[in-house]
Amino acid sequence: MARTLIHAPATARKGEVVEIRTLIGHTMESGYRAGSDGRTLPRDIIRRFTCRYNSEVVFSADFYPAIAANPYLAFFVTADSSGSFTFTWEGDNGFAQTESATITVT
Amino acid sequence: MNHTRPMPDRPRRLLLASAVAIGCGVAWRPAHALSDVLSAVLRKYTGGAPTREGKVKFDIAPLVENGNTVPITVTVDSPMTASEHVQAIAVFNEKNPQRDVIVCTLTPRVGRASVSTRIRLATSQQLVAVAKLSDGSYWTHTVDVVVTLAACIE
Amino acid sequence: MISRVATLAWLLASAGALAQTTGEARRSGFDTMSPALRAMQRDDQQNPGMLWVADGEVLWNKIFGISFSCASCHRDARKSMRGVAARYPDWDPIDKKPVDLTQRINLCRTRHQLVLPLPPESEEMLSLEAYVAYQSRGMSLAPSTATELEAPRARGRRLYEQRIGQLNLSCSLCHDQLAGHVLAGATIPQGHVNGYPTYRLEWQGLGTLQRRIRNCLSGVRAEPPPFDSDEMIELELYLAQRGAGLPVEAPAVRP
Repeated sequence: MARTLIHAPATARKGEVVEIRTLIGHTMESGYRAGSDGRTLPRDIIRRFTCRYNSEVVFSADFYPAIAANPYLAFFVTADSSGSFTFTWEGDNGFAQTESATITVT
Repeated sequence: MNHTRPMPDRPRRLLLASAVAIGCGVAWRPAHALSDVLSAVLRKYTGGAPTREGKVKFDIAPLVENGNTVPITVTVDSPMTASEHVQAIAVFNEKNPQRDVIVCTLTPRVGRASVSTRIRLATSQQLVAVAKLSDGSYWTHTVDVVVTLAACIE
Repeated sequence: MISRVATLAWLLASAGALAQTTGEARRSGFDTMSPALRAMQRDDQQNPGMLWVADGEVLWNKIFGISFSCASCHRDARKSMRGVAARYPDWDPIDKKPVDLTQRINLCRTRHQLVLPLPPESEEMLSLEAYVAYQSRGMSLAPSTATELEAPRARGRRLYEQRIGQLNLSCSLCHDQLAGHVLAGATIPQGHVNGYPTYRLEWQGLGTLQRRIRNCLSGVRAEPPPFDSDEMIELELYLAQRGAGLPVEAPAVRP
């Protein structure tokens, strides 16, 4: 389980555009770096991030090796109903992690 | 006998030639004119559809202390309604081993078309952010970035 | 590399004329960073070092060995650890030598928790150290005034001022006399230690001051002393005093 830090507001007014900020610990080994023995270290990156809002995908991103280690991703969502956000990261070597946050919309 | 010049002829010509060359080297490609590499990448991404500069703001420091982690923000001017919104934001680079950096897919529920992340830059180069709008148009913003390295590398 | 050495040689040749007094105001490396990197450090949500702090909090409460967690003795770190990182390195009265924060954490493990010490720069050690150092954030660096530390600190100062390595440079040359000048496109910082453990972009990870000092020594083509050697701790002691008064920024972000 990788470490994650997520900032998603717990409450919002209906129609308010809120910022969601995510940080996940991952080396994002690019596949272009040489190890100390001189051989290229194999690629090991997070390839996809998905944000679901009450089960519907609202935002997603495809990461490539040019995304820095410990990927940070911030984006916006319009708060239209109470419920939850589900954040999923998937990547090489079967990497898969899901985190969630609830939101109350008034 | 009395031919006193401020500087001998040959070195002076060399100096002038270098100054002109440096001047040309800096100005041979006006800022934000898309390089051939990025033009080709954009053509592939849009499937040949034309792109226009505008609507997109690519925020990145012009001078970067370390290419390992470079904060960027791409913002697109759009009302983000069901009928008029940004469908995708992509960033491409010129000189990394691979052109792609990130491709984001947005829906109208995103509310504000602004994405921030941190990227890797192998060297000083040009980058382009492209937005695909719901009306099928593509908009871009091109930036030139200088990358330096920390002096004591591990 | 050759051009860097040539640039450095040129800078050193003019160092006499451009030398800054060591009495000049101390400036944290934070001040020489770009606005983007400063924002990355200031915002806990963006600061990658916070991933280690979060892990450290989990480890703080985790029971190691027979039945002790850090919390068993030290309770709430927010209270008990406040000021600790600002004071270290400190004198250990049992082993009768100065120890830095990494060594102190390992001494707690071996003496009280009765478990093996954590290897230097291991993820667990970095997480615990980040969590402990984070509790001193915002406080001024206030090195311990134990009188036993005076002699080792003086030795550390001599190491700092001594020319070493194939490039024959001392820490003092770059970080006292040439701080503020530009070397290979990067501003030479004063090299203070108020931000450790630090998320260094070059490492793409968190690391301690000892790791950073090893980088510097490699940079001047000197053989770095082993982790936890006397020279390392003595240097850390002097550097802590050299930066006294600067705010603790742990976990800092640096290029």
